[in-house]
Amino acid sequence: MRYQQARWADDERLEPLVFELSKAKRTGYTLPPKAPSESNIPNKLIRTELELPELSEPEVVRHYTRLSQMNYGIDSGFYPLGSCTMKYNPKICEELAALETASCIHPYQDENTVQGALELMYKLEQYLAEIAGVARVCLHPSAGAHGEFLGMLLTRAYHRSRGKERNEVIVPDSAHGTNFASAAMAGFDVVVAPSNSRGRVDLEALRKAVSKRTAALMLTNPNTLGLFEDEILKIAETVHKVGGLLYYDGANLNGILGKTRPGDMGFDIVHFNLHKTFSTPHGGGGPGAGPIGVTKKLEKFLPVPTVEYDKKRKRYYLDYRRPQSVGKIKSFYGNFGVLVKAYAYILLMGASGLQEATEAAVLNANYIMRKLRDVDGFEIKFDMSGPCKHEVVFSAEPMNKNYGVKAHFVAKRLLDYGIHAPTYYFPPIVPEALMIEPTETETKEELDRFIEAMREIAEEAKSHPDKLLAAPTATAIGRLDEAKASREPILSWKMYRKMAK
Amino acid sequence: MKKLGLIVNPIAGLGGRVGLKGTDGIDVIKKALDFGAAPSSPARAIEALCVIKRLGLEFELVTYPAEMGADEAREGGLKARTIGNIISGKTTAEDTKRAAKEMLVENVDLILVAGGDGTMADAIEAIDMSVPILGVPTGVKMHSAVFANTPEAAGEVAVRFLRDGLPLREAEVMDIDEDAYRQNRLSAKLKGFAKVPYEPTMVQATKEGSTGYELADQKAIARWIFELMEKGRTYILGPGTTTRAVAEELGIYDSTLLGVDIIRDYKMVAKDVNEKQILQAIEGKPATIIVSPIGRQGFVLGRGNQQISPKVVKKVGKENILVIATLQKLSSTPTLKVDTGDAKLDEVFRGYIKVITGYHQSRMVKVI
Repeated sequence: MRYQQARWADDERLEPLVFELSKAKRTGYTLPPKAPSESNIPNKLIRTELELPELSEPEVVRHYTRLSQMNYGIDSGFYPLGSCTMKYNPKICEELAALETASCIHPYQDENTVQGALELMYKLEQYLAEIAGVARVCLHPSAGAHGEFLGMLLTRAYHRSRGKERNEVIVPDSAHGTNFASAAMAGFDVVVAPSNSRGRVDLEALRKAVSKRTAALMLTNPNTLGLFEDEILKIAETVHKVGGLLYYDGANLNGILGKTRPGDMGFDIVHFNLHKTFSTPHGGGGPGAGPIGVTKKLEKFLPVPTVEYDKKRKRYYLDYRRPQSVGKIKSFYGNFGVLVKAYAYILLMGASGLQEATEAAVLNANYIMRKLRDVDGFEIKFDMSGPCKHEVVFSAEPMNKNYGVKAHFVAKRLLDYGIHAPTYYFPPIVPEALMIEPTETETKEELDRFIEAMREIAEEAKSHPDKLLAAPTATAIGRLDEAKASREPILSWKMYRKMAK
Repeated sequence: MKKLGLIVNPIAGLGGRVGLKGTDGIDVIKKALDFGAAPSSPARAIEALCVIKRLGLEFELVTYPAEMGADEAREGGLKARTIGNIISGKTTAEDTKRAAKEMLVENVDLILVAGGDGTMADAIEAIDMSVPILGVPTGVKMHSAVFANTPEAAGEVAVRFLRDGLPLREAEVMDIDEDAYRQNRLSAKLKGFAKVPYEPTMVQATKEGSTGYELADQKAIARWIFELMEKGRTYILGPGTTTRAVAEELGIYDSTLLGVDIIRDYKMVAKDVNEKQILQAIEGKPATIIVSPIGRQGFVLGRGNQQISPKVVKKVGKENILVIATLQKLSSTPTLKVDTGDAKLDEVFRGYIKVITGYHQSRMVKVI
């Protein structure tokens, strides 16, 4: 199958901005009549011009349809973005979240009028606690890193309650960048522990790193190389022995869901990314949800309010009376729409469905690993004698050394095949890294298409490296200045106009 | 039977212990001896020979008389055939050059040279890659990539080369201008090349200076060190640009780039000190050593900072040593090394140590 992305453009520019399409008086809306309360607004505060774009309804629809055609998402095709778990988001979950009873309620409503919403949160907490093997879950964090930060706040509260100030958090060198940042933001010193030649935590280094100063170890399991930390029990023992806590980063939970539980491995604080593992959509900045689960001894520190159930009165309520709580970490109770989708997903899959999904995710990653590991140009840096979990990290170092083709050229060339780029140059411990996570969503035919694309690219690196260096050419936009958008952000029509002047 | 040549520069390393930056020239030797320095080169050469003896290889040892090899061989329990002539107690660079030339005529398979950069530069003048050479580190500065990491490693590499054959690689022989070095300018000169048995874990790579983009990280490290500093505690600040950043964070702009300074209560209290002065400064007081590894080579102690002697280290205590290095430096220096001259003390450092790499950031790094 050949891929050619739509390109709506004239010679100079892509599809114009909606403001540029605007024609005066061509309105596609009707405003409601003036409400009586509006007559109280002083005249000087009333704007006569809103400067909204003026278009007819079909114009608006076409504009956004065109933009969507020049976009790419999991609904367009394969999206093997490593450690991001870009699995398909079932449409039924979207429909449920869009129900009026879910989308049109307000957090200030009286508890008696939102019993269903409270019940949903209460039950979702319980499901997640069971899945992770922890005592209690807090749904408040609105993103993965927000959850990490809460995990660190809980860590500090725990040690303080025992009359101990502990100032160090240990993070493996293969960890997600947010781990280092979350620990530092919560005021901890970050100690980086190296990986061993098997791509796992080096126990010898960890043993030297732990001390009475150790507040916690932050660990992802399976780790960022897609490898299971098979010495996890020894790791847990090492950290617990000095009184430290074990924090679980849930980025890779999709590799073990329903098979083993972080709580059973010895983790005290467990983090989830509902927008990865539990199939709520993500990308483009959210909204996400990063719940945190804890063992019994940490329960009393969880943020307020918690959702409780009064058995006598048979009603759910919000509980703020928690004296040892770290306090509030969000205005309300979490990104509710995301919680609805995750809840729906869990019910949709059931326990056996979640297990099956994990099996398929791991099988798919191993299939890709086996098919590509011997392709000239790619190699696997760490011990791969056993299977990987849900993702596999290739190094394009041989390709770079022999043919001068770097990992990011491979990523760009994949776009021409209608495949989203994998995560590249991460984790930093693998040179020329290409991190591939197929998820359970994909069929064998789709995986074969990807494998074939990777093979062709490896071949091209030898025969026509020039072609590779020009990629992508089948997309709406070719090579971008990758840093420009960060250095000169234009985030609104107002900014754009200002820049144009 | 294989032939091993041995040349010992008996006065190498004399300057290091007393804070001089090398041992070139009669004046420096005299000054070093006045400061109370005892020659350590012969003892370290013997350490290498003991390993060779222990590994039980059959070979012929060819060496120069008295303290230039024959004495050390006897002490190490090895039989040696002595060639050449020297005036014992008054050896010079000329003796090293002559010895190397005569070893060449003897057709040896490998020459072990115990000394520093200067000794090595003298030796290769005559050899010029015609015979493999391996340095036993006994000098002050060892910038050349021809030295084994420790005397013991030199012995082991020598035996493995003679017995099993190791690949040879070309390595730079550097010498630094000692006069400039004493005035804080690091001006290394390429003296030539040598063929060296290649064993990456045991033979050191060349020194790599800090580059421009590391400055931000150095500042971050310096800031944290500043926050960690306690009043009343004595800080022994080792050489290098990373440690210099610490001094600058304190507002000290005349720290010694290639020497050791003493800081107390955020002020420099003694500049470019030797071992004796350090010991005096820390007598009975809490102290912390702040050092940065030499780029690429990874030596934390025992290269370029011999003033921070085993005695000093023991007095301060291992727990009071702060090792600082930017991530850029660590990326080209994946493992660290310690060679204080006290094998037992070196052993204490083996395994993982914490290296400060940024503001409130550190990393576990292996000392091998």
